[in-house]
This record gives sequence, structure tokens and C-alpha cells, in this order.
Amino acid sequence: MAHDIAVAATGENDHIGIVRDWSADKQVFGVPWGKAMMWIFLLSDTFIFSCFLTAYMTVRMSAVEPWPNASEVFALTLFGHHLPLILIAIMTFVLITSSGTMAMAVNFAYRRDRRKTALMLLFTIILGASFVGMQAFEWTKLIVDEGIRPWGNPLGAAQFGATFFMITGFHGLHVSAGVIYLAVVARKVLRGDYDRNGRYHNVEIAGLYWHFVDLVWVFIFAFYYLW
Amino acid sequence: MEQVAIADQHDEHHEPTSFITRYIWSQDHKVIAVQYGLTAIAVGLIALVLSGMMRLQLAYPESFTFINPIAYYQFVTMHGMIMVIYLLTALLLGGFGNYLIPLMIGARDMVFPYLNMLSYWFYLVSVLVLVSSFFAPGGPTGAGWTLYPPQAILPGTAGFDWGILLMLISLAIFIVAFTMGGLNYVTTILQARTQGMTLMRMPLTVWGIFVATILGLLAFPALFVSALMMLLDHVVGTSFFMPALLSQGQLTDHEGGSPILFQHLFWFFGHPEVYIVALPAFGIVSDLISTHARKNIFGYRMMVWAILAIGVLSFIVWAHHMYVSGMHPWFGFFFAVTTLIIAVPTAIKVYNWVLTLWRGNIHLTVPMLFAIGFIFTFINGGLTGLWLGNVVVDVPLSDTYFVVGHFHMVMGLSPVLVIFGAIYHWYPKITGRMFNDTLGKLHFWLTFVGAYSIFLPMHYLGMLGIPRRYFANLTTDFIPESAQDMNIGITAAAIFVGLVQILFLINMVWSLRHGKPAGGNPWGATTLEWQTPQTPPAHGNWGPTLPVVHRWAYDYSVPGTAEDFTPQNVPVSPGHDTEDEEART
Repeated sequence: MAHDIAVAATGENDHIGIVRDWSADKQVFGVPWGKAMMWIFLLSDTFIFSCFLTAYMTVRMSAVEPWPNASEVFALTLFGHHLPLILIAIMTFVLITSSGTMAMAVNFAYRRDRRKTALMLLFTIILGASFVGMQAFEWTKLIVDEGIRPWGNPLGAAQFGATFFMITGFHGLHVSAGVIYLAVVARKVLRGDYDRNGRYHNVEIAGLYWHFVDLVWVFIFAFYYLW
Repeated sequence: MEQVAIADQHDEHHEPTSFITRYIWSQDHKVIAVQYGLTAIAVGLIALVLSGMMRLQLAYPESFTFINPIAYYQFVTMHGMIMVIYLLTALLLGGFGNYLIPLMIGARDMVFPYLNMLSYWFYLVSVLVLVSSFFAPGGPTGAGWTLYPPQAILPGTAGFDWGILLMLISLAIFIVAFTMGGLNYVTTILQARTQGMTLMRMPLTVWGIFVATILGLLAFPALFVSALMMLLDHVVGTSFFMPALLSQGQLTDHEGGSPILFQHLFWFFGHPEVYIVALPAFGIVSDLISTHARKNIFGYRMMVWAILAIGVLSFIVWAHHMYVSGMHPWFGFFFAVTTLIIAVPTAIKVYNWVLTLWRGNIHLTVPMLFAIGFIFTFINGGLTGLWLGNVVVDVPLSDTYFVVGHFHMVMGLSPVLVIFGAIYHWYPKITGRMFNDTLGKLHFWLTFVGAYSIFLPMHYLGMLGIPRRYFANLTTDFIPESAQDMNIGITAAAIFVGLVQILFLINMVWSLRHGKPAGGNPWGATTLEWQTPQTPPAHGNWGPTLPVVHRWAYDYSVPGTAEDFTPQNVPVSPGHDTEDEEART
């Protein structure tokens, strides 16, 4: 078994390694249970977001009123300059940076570096929380200043607001849940739980979720804001 | 990376210590399975009563004052939704999946028992929310089990206010429950098999449940999203599915939504759902037939590939439910082709079941009777499925009783027969006692013949053009008067079959106390769940050491062996006493 995995990992006789792993007894993937389960969950969650985005494209195409220009709606005037999509650019930058700090946390976790792991997780949490904060600001601006509601929109199609609040809201819930999840993991790291039970891979499992949430944001960004 | 994931290392200590942790807040997969099963059967009985009421109305229109059109549609809706989701899906995956997966693959439990327990309690909450809609103002929703907007949330449809709200919330909770359970089933099968249990040695029951669970994890998201969007349309006033329209003389506040989008999302879930129910049934019936015919399953590898092929294909056929929805005709062509292709792996399975029976040592036990009954029923329902898969045949037959007959054969009666067979088959393992054989056989014959008298005539009614969903078929020019006589006959059969199920319930309860002690392996079966040290299996299933698997699950009547079965955990002797290719080489 261990040999098979080693063969597969070196890329030598790749197809044979894959066949052996899949048809082996005991387990298909040489990973902890929690990690396998997280991968499967993320696959299922991918289908949820795919359905959301496909539905968004459909209602956008079938809407009877004109679709507002996203770069105009999501523009801010900063220091006297009119900057389209500036807030979204900053949010995207923050979230992708948080993926970087998350990756570093995973790295430190495998080196059994308790303090640095916790520190990197803390950075990730701060970046994630500030993303949610900026999202709250964005929502407020849209609702209060632009008058956009889920059921109506002075700039055009009502579905613009409906899909926006639904999809970014659902994604924002994922980020918020992720922040809580990471906080729980960070607390366990800091307490030294994983030093005792050797389950530092739990940091990586949390990392999988976090990277997934970031990746989903890239698609939302591309399909909603740039289209 | 360190390897922590082997079935032996069970670090979740959850050995129950009190009655409450043992039977109520239990993390033991066997107890959770029974909880799932009993809840599903209980809610299924409600749906059975509802179908009886519908039949009474259809046979004797204008006779029952308590069944008005509103109530009738509520019965239709709740009957359909309960049967498909809360009975069949929950019983086959939550019930049999939970009970059989760890036992059949030689694990001590699911990989995450606590999550598994949560899964059941979420399921129970979803059932309670659903049932509570009977007591909500306006009653449960009457939108039909497909819940099509715009009508589902417009005044004029029963339960458009509270009923649909509770239905959608209940579905969302059910999906959360299913996801927690489903992740467990898939991960357990992939990662926690015992030594020697390769994927290609798993019993077909496990294969069926495995692929069905993957389908569920990928298809339920579409239902979740459509339920959420309809909730927003209903509660917040968005217009995802709602176009501008007049409702009861009033212009609604909605504009620009796409009702057909809901249909696509719903059926992207809805068609895989057919196979979420069918694949576990396929798997279970394969094992029942092989065990009770004392013969290895014919074409095991092809059976596995057929399950996988059906699973993949089930995601690209959904719009054959929408031929009359007004979608582009070219789509109809595509979806008709994919639909008919599914007949190939399905036919492989049917042939293999029949070939397994051929020249087998057939024991007509109660589980076997149900299994054979399933083959007949599934062929019946499958053939009419070929008709309905073709656009030109579907268009005139759509929305007639032909469709009702078809899907009750293929998705109602077929899985239900397997479920009965499976309950009778594993009852001795679950309870440690045998059921009453005579009552069981009586139950089979009355149910089988009775159910055929319900659903076969419906095909004929459909050919006459009698529309489904109608509250009452009174005098209509093209419908001959004899159709009403047939309706009365169908209703009599339906009430009869409903009452016959009392035999089943009596048998189950009576045998719990008074059945003969079953022993560990009453059927002489090869699979691991019959080789447990205790019957019923104790917590942890296997005692101090896990079983080791040496052969596939179908070593029945191997030439040169003393008995006509060799369990999977018996080592292979030098004389090659196995038909398992892997073990021989």
C-alpha cells in the first residue's frame, strides 16, 4: 500500500499507480478520513455554486429590463478620482492574500510550528473578516445610496439586485463560516491540541475549505462584476 | 504524511453507557439506521393513507364532502413528495445505507459517527416541519410534487402561503441532513474498508448505495438552490422564477423571471433522484437474487460498470421530463437520445439478474419472491420508459394516466418491492429473530397481485387519454363510461393493498418477540454482515479483530466445496475453491 502510494507520488508508472490505489483494499486515497470527506463536500458545494451561477446567467438573459453596467454601479470616488470596481478589486486582493497566508499556515503546521501556524491563521482570519466587512459596506452602499433591493432596482432589471444579494450573500456566509472555522482551528493549534494528538492535518483540511471559498469568489467576480 | 485512516483505529470512543446514548442520541450506525427506517416508514404510512383518499375521490367523485379540489391537490402533492424523498431516499440510503455499509465492508462504524447522528436528527426535523404544514393556516401546499412556479406561490393554489414555505424549508433541512449522512457513506466506502476488501470485491448492495449517494451529493444542490430561490421569490419578493402575470385579476409585483429555469433546476435534481432510489434497489436485489438462487451473480464486473454508467448518464437526461414545457425542440432530440442510451446498461442489469436465476438453485423464500417480483415490475416500468423517452410518443401521453402508471411501476412499486425484500432478508440480522414465513408470503402475493391491479389498468386509461391530476373525470365526450368502472376497480385494489400492509406491520412486530431465533447466518450468505460474532451485531460490529476478506462476495455453490456457500472471510485454499478471479491469480 505505502509502496503504491510512493510510486504514484513520484509519477513513475502513473496509470498503474492510480489503478492500484483505486482498487486496493482498505482505502482509495492515502489521506486521513477528514480530508477525503472535505474534498467530497467541496465537490458537492461546487455544484451548489454552479447552480447559482448558471441560474444567474439564465435570469440575466431572460430579464426584460436592461442589465445595469456593473463597473458603473460598483464604482467609488476616492480622493477625487472616479474608480470603477475599485472596492471589488481590493476585496479580491484581500481574499487572495488570505489564501496565501492560509497556505503558509498549512506549511508551518506540517513543520509542527505551533506559534507561526497560529499567527498565520490569525492573519487569515483578519483578512477574511475584513473581506466580510467590506462586503457589508458594499451592500450598505448599494441599498442606501443606489436604492437597489432584491425585489427592485431603479437602474434596470430587478434580477440584478436579486442575484447579487443572493450569490454574494451565500458566498459571504461561506466566508463568515470559514472565519469561525479557522478561529476554532487556531484555538486548537494555540492550545497545543494537535501537538498532543498529532492531527496537524486538520489545519490543511480547513485550508482546503478556505481555498475553495476563494476560488468560488474568483468565479463570482468574473461572472458577475466583469461580465 | 502520516496514515491515520485505517478501519482499525477507531479513536472516536462512543461506546454507549446509558439507555439514552444507546437508543436515542446514538452514534452507532445500526441504531441510526433503525431510527431512519422507522421514521421513514411512519411518514410513508401517512403518504399511503393520502393515496387511498385520492383513489376514493377518483372512484366516487362528488361523494366525499371532505375531499374538495383543494384537499385533493394537497393529497397529491404530499403523497408524491413524501414517497420520493422522505420515504424512499431516506429508507434506502439513511436506513439500509447506514446499516449495511459498515457491516458489508468490514468497518466498525461510519467514519464520523457524530455527524451521522446529526444527519438523522436533521432528517427528523425536516419530517416534522413537513408534517406540520398539515396544521398550518391554509394547509400543506397543493402545487404538485414538482412545485412548479409560478402557480406554487400564487393565490389560487392551496397552501400558497404557509404550505409552500414549510415545504421548501423542510426540503432544505432534508438536504443538509442527507449531505451529512452522504459524506459519511462515501468516505466510509472509499477509506474504511477492511483488509482484503477491494472495490471489486464489494457486494453490489454497497456499489449501488455508493453511486447513489454520490448522485445525491451532486444532484441535491440543484434542489437546494431552486428551493432557496423560490423561498426568496415567495418571502422577499424577488423574481427569479416569476414573470409578469395577472393573478386573479391582479398584476403581480413580479417581472422578468423564468419559470422554465425552475424546471431545469428541479429536474437536474429530479432525474438523478430516480436513480438515487433505483441504484440501491438494483444493488440490493442483485444480492438477494444471488443469495437465494445459491449462485454467483452473473457478470459482476459488468454489473458494477452498469451502475456507474447509469449514474453518469442520469445527469444528462433531465429534460425528458420537460418535452411539453416549450423548450427548444433540438434539446428534445438530445435528451431523447441520452434517455434511450440509459436502456443499455439497465438492460445489462436485467439480463444478468435473469441469467443469475437461470439454472440456479432457486429458494422461493420471502425475500426471493420480492426480488423476482421486482424484476417483472422493473421490466414493465422500464419498457414504458422507452416509450415516454421518445418525444413524439411522450407528447400525446404526457399528463395522462399512462405516465402515472409508468412511474409508479418503475419508481414506486419496484423500489418498494426491493425494500420489502430487503427488510425480510436482513430482519434476522437486525433483530436476531426470523419473521413469520406464511405471513410474509401472503404479504408478497397480495401486495404483488394487488399492486398490478392498480397500475397496469392505469396504462390503459392513459391510452384512452384520461388526464392525470384531474380532481374528477365526470362526463367527458372522449372518455367511455367504462373508464369509470375501471377507476372503481383500481380504487378497490388500492385500498386492498393499503390494508394488506397491516400484515407486514403485524409480522414485524409479532416476530420481534415470538419469531424463531435466527442464528448468525440463516440464509447461508457469503457477505460479511452475516459473519459477525454476535447477532444482532454488537457495538463495534466485529469484536476484538476486524474480519479479513479473501474472496469476492459471490462464492455460492463453487464446485468442490462442502457447503453451497463460502463466506468472504474464509481463506482461499490451494485447490482454488473460489470463482473470484483476483483470489485465484
